[in-house]
Amino acid sequence: MKTILSEKQLAFTIRRLSNQLLENHVDLEYTYLIGIQPRGIYFSDRIVEELKKQLPVQKIGYGKLDITFYRDDVRQGLHTMNQTDIPFSIENKNVVLIDDVLYTGRTIRAALDALLDFGRPAKVELCILVDRKFSRQLPIQADYVGKSIDSIVSQKVKVFWKEKDGQDEVVLL
Amino acid sequence: MQLSSRHLLGIRDLTPKDIQIILDTAVQFKEVLQRPIKKVPTLRDVTIVNLFYENSTRTRISFELAEKRLSADTINFAASASSVAKGETLLDTVNNILSMKVDMVVMRHSASGAPHFLSKHIPAAIVNAGDGINEHPTQALLDAFSIREKLGSLSGRKVAIIGDIMHSRVALSNIYLLKKVGAEVMVVGPPTLIPKYIKKAFDIQVAYNLKEALMWCDVANVLRIQLERQNQVLFSSLREYSLAYGINRKLLDSVNKEIVIMHPGPINRGVELDSDVADSKQSIILQQVENGVAVRMAVLYLLAGGQTEQN
Repeated sequence: MKTILSEKQLAFTIRRLSNQLLENHVDLEYTYLIGIQPRGIYFSDRIVEELKKQLPVQKIGYGKLDITFYRDDVRQGLHTMNQTDIPFSIENKNVVLIDDVLYTGRTIRAALDALLDFGRPAKVELCILVDRKFSRQLPIQADYVGKSIDSIVSQKVKVFWKEKDGQDEVVLL
Repeated sequence: MQLSSRHLLGIRDLTPKDIQIILDTAVQFKEVLQRPIKKVPTLRDVTIVNLFYENSTRTRISFELAEKRLSADTINFAASASSVAKGETLLDTVNNILSMKVDMVVMRHSASGAPHFLSKHIPAAIVNAGDGINEHPTQALLDAFSIREKLGSLSGRKVAIIGDIMHSRVALSNIYLLKKVGAEVMVVGPPTLIPKYIKKAFDIQVAYNLKEALMWCDVANVLRIQLERQNQVLFSSLREYSLAYGINRKLLDSVNKEIVIMHPGPINRGVELDSDVADSKQSIILQQVENGVAVRMAVLYLLAGGQTEQN
């Protein structure tokens, strides 16, 4: 087991990504953030928490998206579904999808399909905490990357969050 | 996350956990139905045949909508307009349809146990959409979903099922389900329409007086008086039935409490239910219909998913 990001590094990374988001989307005026269920929302919650330090709360449009019904492997097995909550129209807005780990790209493919059922956004970007390079099965890459790592298929990236798992840490198993 | 059975033949075969999974899944599908685009691509490689050997409006439309909202391919089959009229047996008909690569069968039949018979002979998953006087599982599931949505929980709730208990597959499925989730059940109706040993068989209460039942219950699930069975003389006249077992505003007001009114449809207005009750705020009849699509989506999704792994 190898630590990729310690608690301290994780905090810095989240702060950096939040600043990058603000750099590209001034005051988040035409931009909404959407965390991907189930594990991406812990990361997106942290980003939103960080953004709240710099912006009034009502300025931040934040939703959650569950992709279970859009998966391409339904016939191989069922996954537990989670709540989708997008309390605004994404029509002609910028949307930043937020997830913890980018691996094969299939989750993001499904998320894009799911998102487009809610309207036609002007632009969709992707914010990722850990990017597992060289393991993509679809041509998808992130716009904001917390940490980029090389890993092999047999390895696993685990992201732990204080509110769920008791500690903040990213490890490679 | 998987149901314990590959078919939905009746509530009788489900575990309390299965019921929980179906209802929880339906909550998510209900959210999908509120979206601008009410369709998800989940079952796009699944073909479903709707095999209706008996007439139906609500259930058939509800199943078809559920299938379409899940992007499944659907075939509709009505026995009256098919080779069944030429004498083809049920098994032959279904095997012929299945040889065209159909994955699931949604089936209604006037013979009790027809889907159970079929499940022993074909590989496809079967959903019972009502068999004779046996069960109508998806109706019971949507009733439970509606009660849970309205009152927050099922356990400990008091549900009175009123009307023709003897011939009602809705009643039987509801009794099975409510008992499994820990609700209390009372059946109410004229003695001729209540099976003699039902009290013992299911450990439920039986009442012959409507007002007494209404004083007791949180939810009144009112069943349709089946006009097509009138020649059996199980009660003397519709008017008499209506006087003794019809729910009207005056009666409801005399019971000084809030009761949720349900009905599986179609309503005989003025017989078992008066219009001023059926259309009131207390009634969740139209919510039941709306929830029906979400519940059926959940059932189809849970039975279709993970299929290849099992085979």
